[in-house]
Amino acid sequence: MEKLKGSLAIIECLKEEGVKTIFGFPGGAVIDLYDDLLDSDINHVLVRHEQGAVHAADGLARVTGDVGVALLTSGPGATNGVTGIATAYLDSIPLVILTGQVPTPLIGNDAFQEVDIVGITRPCTKHNYLVSKAEDLVPTLREAFHVARTGRPGPVLIDLPKDVVASIVDFTEKKPIRMQNYQPTYEPHMGQVEKACKEILKAKNPVLYVGGGVILSNANEELTNLARTLNIPVTMTLMGLGGFPGSDPLSMGMLGMHGSYASNMAVAKSDVLIAVGARFDDRVTGRIDAFAPHAKIIHIDIDPTSISKNVAVDIPIVADCKHALTAMNAWLKTCGEDLDKVAASHVEWLETIKNWTDKHPMGYTDEGETIKPQFVIEKLDELTKGDAIITTEVGQNQMWAAQFYKFNKPRRLITSGGLGTMGYGLPAAIGAKMAFPDEVVIDVAGDGSIQMNIQELATSRQYNCPVIICILNNNYLGMVRQWQELFYDKRYAATIMEVTPDFVKLAEAYGAAGLRATKTSEVEETIKKALELVKKQTVIIDFRIAREEGVFPMVPAGKATTEMLLV
Amino acid sequence: MKHTISVLLQNKPGVLSRVTGLFSGRGFNIESLSVAETLDENLSCLTLVTRGDNSILEQITKQLHKLIDVIKVTDISENEYVEREMALIRVKAENTTRAEVLRVIDIFRGKVVDVSPKSYAVEVTGSATKIQAIVDILRPIGIKEIVRTGTIAMARAPKK
Repeated sequence: MEKLKGSLAIIECLKEEGVKTIFGFPGGAVIDLYDDLLDSDINHVLVRHEQGAVHAADGLARVTGDVGVALLTSGPGATNGVTGIATAYLDSIPLVILTGQVPTPLIGNDAFQEVDIVGITRPCTKHNYLVSKAEDLVPTLREAFHVARTGRPGPVLIDLPKDVVASIVDFTEKKPIRMQNYQPTYEPHMGQVEKACKEILKAKNPVLYVGGGVILSNANEELTNLARTLNIPVTMTLMGLGGFPGSDPLSMGMLGMHGSYASNMAVAKSDVLIAVGARFDDRVTGRIDAFAPHAKIIHIDIDPTSISKNVAVDIPIVADCKHALTAMNAWLKTCGEDLDKVAASHVEWLETIKNWTDKHPMGYTDEGETIKPQFVIEKLDELTKGDAIITTEVGQNQMWAAQFYKFNKPRRLITSGGLGTMGYGLPAAIGAKMAFPDEVVIDVAGDGSIQMNIQELATSRQYNCPVIICILNNNYLGMVRQWQELFYDKRYAATIMEVTPDFVKLAEAYGAAGLRATKTSEVEETIKKALELVKKQTVIIDFRIAREEGVFPMVPAGKATTEMLLV
Repeated sequence: MKHTISVLLQNKPGVLSRVTGLFSGRGFNIESLSVAETLDENLSCLTLVTRGDNSILEQITKQLHKLIDVIKVTDISENEYVEREMALIRVKAENTTRAEVLRVIDIFRGKVVDVSPKSYAVEVTGSATKIQAIVDILRPIGIKEIVRTGTIAMARAPKK
């Protein structure tokens, strides 16, 4: 058994887990660890604000499926990370957050830069630890990675007192981790699989309702296979986009508050709803008693607490989505039914759905030279062949990106779905670009949210991590303004951005390129130019869009999803 | 409906706050809570009494299970079980009431654990209903102070 300084043991543990890049910000409590990181081959990215570190780690985790790692100092370093941690928690993203802590003898004394970060993050981490003894250091790190990436993934925080990190610890041999109290169920119950399949075979109007779990478990192929074999139309949550190809004729796009007309109608009329890795969030269901009122509900989820939390489920399957779908596909193949005949029997249902789509497609009205944000996204989709990594901020920009970019592959839409964190997109884009330097990464932003973590432009420059930031600039906090327009008598309380920086000059100040488009006819050229420039440097495009454009369809909060406001 | 839930968990700092934080964060109610070490000093047993319909109870048990430090969750009120609470009650006992107080204590099989010229401190154990009953009887005589534990409970052994 090797003896190592705590900080070196931590670095060894990170290497053991395959960590190549971490994001962080130094401080007194983590200075030992930083000192040893300098000599290690782990790439450390110095962000400009700790929230950015956690979002960047989160962005990296979402595009790769690996565990993202952030390193923060004690006190304000740790508390600045909390929004990032909560963001990852709500979207089930595997992270390990290392926070410095004051030395153990000082804990509880209100020492300089001391906070009880384990207490603060208890409700927004999957699990967290305070390492109070040197001998616990290595086992805790290993357990943390295990907890973060298995089951329903999530962020795990480890609080590291300065004296523990500076002490000499045993670097024990790594053994398979077995936790008495934590054993997620990966394999489905075969009886439930059979019941679910029989129900699906009987269905006349089945719908697949797909969430982020499909992407987290890399089950997109199995899902696509199931949908195509039986001709089942697919609708996706914001987190599920890319779990099934957006250009496939069976795709109805997103459902819920800003979902497609066809998706919401199909769910409302479905007789069997197959929820896969989704959690019946209020933005999806609208008024809960009017959600899929005629459907038998099958729900696959690895987290038992998701099942029957909001909507009573008829056939629950607690399992990893990939394992469950594999089992279902295998059962269907050998059940003796003529699957082609079943698929053919859904043609009429698909026709009905097509009629809904034709009647109310995702669209917008053309206003000549006034730039429509939806048009910008359509052009982005076209010019990147639907193949870029799109991160988003939160609000209208996020919804337009979700509605008008065709996500054909998983892990291409990187967005804060559950928490809805403004300021997420830029640091997440940096994390994504770190993981895939050869891919085009675009942050679809609003003029409001981009200012929440704009300081990370410096990070992108320092680490030569060029991304495109597409600001859909309407000089408003657009989504809240839209609600005020529709439901608050156009009283625009605190949503008018009276002062906004000149984003072109701001870009230049950070050593990035700044472009601006004010007319529809300039959009395509500007994007093309940005795609060229981004090979060398970060680009901000300031699109001056139709100021009062809204996101439609829209289901007003608390209404049934069939009560949509249309374009 | 009232449920008594027994939770086996790791005996580590912060674990209790994970449980109570879960209840407050998700708006579940805790009527009483009691926790102590088990025979295995690495584990604690927590008994909590809560109220809710079946779907709330299902969420409570699942959410408790989801906590990494929780090992086992049992709704022991689903089957036959015994429950006990304990109360220490300081009751006014002056010349005219001293004998009456002692009689009441005797009826409830309580014990006098502290005596002063003007009061008795009584120890009484039993179900929550029994504790409530003695409190109701003693209240008119004059309760000066009362301390109650939460409920602890154990499932009854199978009859065969």
